[in-house]
Amino acid sequence: MNGASPANAGGPQRPGTGRGGPVLRGLLVEFDSPGALITAAERVRDAGYTRWDTHSPFPVHGIDAAMGIRPTRLPWIVLALGVIGCITGLALQWWTNAADARHFPWVPVHLQGYTFHVSGKPLFSLPANIPVIFEMTVLLAALGAVVGMLAMNNLPLHHRPLLALTRFKRATCDRFFVYVDAADPRFDPAGTPEFLATLGAAAIEPVEEVVDSGRLPRGLTIAGLFIVCLALLPPLLAAKARVSKSEQPRFNIIADMDNQERFKAQQAHALFADGRASRPPVAGTLARGDLRGDPHFYEGRVAGEFAATFPPQVQITEGSIRRGQQRFNIYCAPCHGLGGAGDGIVAQRALNLDTPGWVAPTSLLDPLVVERPVGHLFNTITNGIRTMPPYGDQIAEMDRWAIIAYVRTLERSQNARLEDVPAELRSELR
Amino acid sequence: MSSAVREIDNTLDVPGQRAALITGGHDLGSLTDVACAPWEAPRPPRAWYIAFGLSLALLAVLGAMIGYLVLNGVGVWGLNNPTGWAFDITNFVFWVGIGHAGTLISAILFLFRQKWRTSINRFAEAMTIFAVVCAGVFPGIHVGRIWLAYWLAPLPNQMAMWPNFRSPLLWDVFAVGTYATVSMLFWYVGMIPDLATFRDRARSKWKQVVYGLLALGWTGSSRHWHRFERAYLILAALATPLVLSVHSVVSFDFAVSQLPGWHTTIFPPYFVAGAIFGGFAMVLTLAIPARELFGLKNIITPRHLDNMCKITLLTGSIVGYAYLLEFFTAWYSGNPYESFVFKARALGPYAWAYWTMIGCNVVAPQLFWFKAFRTRVWLILLVVMCVNIGMWFERFVIIVTSLSQDFLPSSWDYFRPTWVDLLTLAGSFGLFFTLFLLFCRYLPMVAMAEVKTVLPLTDPRAHPHPHVPATRAFDYNPDEFDPAATSNPRDAREERP
Ligand code: HEC
Repeated sequence: MNGASPANAGGPQRPGTGRGGPVLRGLLVEFDSPGALITAAERVRDAGYTRWDTHSPFPVHGIDAAMGIRPTRLPWIVLALGVIGCITGLALQWWTNAADARHFPWVPVHLQGYTFHVSGKPLFSLPANIPVIFEMTVLLAALGAVVGMLAMNNLPLHHRPLLALTRFKRATCDRFFVYVDAADPRFDPAGTPEFLATLGAAAIEPVEEVVDSGRLPRGLTIAGLFIVCLALLPPLLAAKARVSKSEQPRFNIIADMDNQERFKAQQAHALFADGRASRPPVAGTLARGDLRGDPHFYEGRVAGEFAATFPPQVQITEGSIRRGQQRFNIYCAPCHGLGGAGDGIVAQRALNLDTPGWVAPTSLLDPLVVERPVGHLFNTITNGIRTMPPYGDQIAEMDRWAIIAYVRTLERSQNARLEDVPAELRSELR
Repeated sequence: MSSAVREIDNTLDVPGQRAALITGGHDLGSLTDVACAPWEAPRPPRAWYIAFGLSLALLAVLGAMIGYLVLNGVGVWGLNNPTGWAFDITNFVFWVGIGHAGTLISAILFLFRQKWRTSINRFAEAMTIFAVVCAGVFPGIHVGRIWLAYWLAPLPNQMAMWPNFRSPLLWDVFAVGTYATVSMLFWYVGMIPDLATFRDRARSKWKQVVYGLLALGWTGSSRHWHRFERAYLILAALATPLVLSVHSVVSFDFAVSQLPGWHTTIFPPYFVAGAIFGGFAMVLTLAIPARELFGLKNIITPRHLDNMCKITLLTGSIVGYAYLLEFFTAWYSGNPYESFVFKARALGPYAWAYWTMIGCNVVAPQLFWFKAFRTRVWLILLVVMCVNIGMWFERFVIIVTSLSQDFLPSSWDYFRPTWVDLLTLAGSFGLFFTLFLLFCRYLPMVAMAEVKTVLPLTDPRAHPHPHVPATRAFDYNPDEFDPAATSNPRDAREERP
């Protein structure tokens, strides 16, 4: 930073730091044309002053050379921010649309990116990323230019002795000023005014400041603290809500049909004579499944125990076993494998990905399963077991029994001895 | 604030001499007085009150329409299947386009050292910002559940949900967002020295405080000016490609899709030219009443109007050429769907809109070839009003004709706006003019510090002074100063009350 304006720099030697009395801050010299200002500036520069400045209502051309102002380093700030913007734009798009979250398990969920597939477009392709990269570059560079300029100029700074002068008000209208700070090493209370008088000025005025303790008034401090405390309330409430439990439903500003008025089962309601909100079925109606009176066929149970035999309605024929094979290959093979060994594609992929918490499908050839009664298998398909989901809704009863017949066939075939093969086919095995 | 300021015709070009940019023989002080007069006057002219009342009423209409929309959903608009975009996106593109002239004047003309820009750049920039505000409303409200509009931005969330960065609609979010931010910065930074002038001239306490805060403690220090000018130059250099990118990205919303009539590579340059065209028409629409009302005729001179008319003529001709070329491309592509859409535009159910657009955008600006049309304010206003209307229709034609008749004739449908559509459009003008009128009254409408640099007497070399180095980027060329123009016998000083 090539020298902040001395008009606002307090100066190292704050003369008389006590309260009260006015202190000489510097000298203000007024000119009425830009030409006169430039001549004067050159003289001040040549006299060796360093803490001084000129003020004009518009940028006077030629003043930089006349004062010896070196080119600002602002463009480098802008360049740096532009580069940061460019990289941010690129990284943002890669992270949110093309990064595989599984490689970054340590990133918190709400910051995780993922591979975002959209109509077969490549996940990461520069042409599609250029607009956002460009906009981010411009945005950050522009912010850098403005914030950098203000910061290097030490703005905003409202408390300046110069701004208190009536004469100085015309610096933003039609007058030109040279200001020499009293903190300048060459400043001399007697010599400097004399020197400045020779510059052909319209007027010279000392700039004084009443030095106060520099502390904020008490009222302002209290008001500020109060506002800060108030501002802390919402985040505190939010933080409290995160850790505490409540019986009340979540507070929803925009409901989005999340909660709708309705009766819940078992709820009381005065509308009906019996005081119940849910209505019992009209006398004589049957619910779905009420007609399934045969537990052997529909549940695989006989007298409450899992049935060891197929129900009488199920005919085991080659046709029904083939049907079972077909259903098995559709519904069970993805997990249990075509051969029933527990090596279906779902299981294999889960193993490849090393998915944590994965429970492998049981091998159906396992003695445990072989020994299970058919009724137990029926129940497993219908209701699922442990981590295996139920398939009762998708597979009709007759098909479930067909699948079980096929599973039994698979078990036999996998644990078969030579004697199990019909004599006339044995020769084909060798 | 008299409109008794006499007008000097500085549009004549005398070979070898530059016409004066500021007339009326102003010096620094009187120029500041004139530029501050609209703000210092105890109350604005009656016309201001009338205009402000009307704008405020329209703004209320906009608020009511948006409220109605939010409560009921986008079904209150005339959208149908297949026309899923109509007034909403038309208005969006229209307003964004308007904004572009402001940036063009403030940034591109700055880089080209067009000194006449100083008189009009401040309020052209203000126009940009207000237009972008209006533009921003429409994509915001057309998403349906507007309380989820923040999904447009890549904000971390517990759903780990991100926007699709390969979509032009998302590029739009970034382009318009950046554009709004950079335009704001450009406008505000340029205004700091003038806000300091207001601070120093303010008489009431609260004005001193408010403008003092806004002026950030600016003292006009030369060391500050040095960095200020550099920052301003950099901002101009950044805003120039930015403004071109913004409307290109807006055009990608259409060009990247595969709809006949949208899927063309001509869109980005054609949209940019159209935006500048429409924007200049709007600058003229605002500048003419403003200079009349606020006594700025010596600052915004006939020459400024003349220059702007010429740019309107140029960009209008480019737009006309683009219209022609679209037909050529449709025919040359040999694609039956493409040709169909263009035939349907000119002769189909929306022919009325198409020919309104041609009449307003292609024919009307050609009148600017005649000097009479560039120097008589009423004629200028007439032409630019046509252009304002025409540019709205251009977007309507592009969007609605392509959508309403797509590939499948069985799904064709004719779009009819509902009263909500129409009132929302009208209301957006209320928003625009309310902001603009407030700006005219409460902020420096003329970039005083910049205008002062084009006054001949502010050139240090106009005074005998041997030491000024001759090479500087912002040097004022003394040859441009034509003493004859300011001491013109026809010249009259402003009669101030
Ligand atoms: C989504 C994958 C998946 C599908 C599809 C699937 N299973 Fe399973 N199955 C499993 C898993 C996992 C287990 C082990 C459950 C455990 O131990 O928690 C299992 C266990 C079993 C068992 C052993 C249960 C016991 O007695 O311990 C049987 C029998 C079985 N499945 C049969 C079937 C049949 C028949 C089908 C086709 C209707 C089928 N499974 C479909 C995943 C599946």
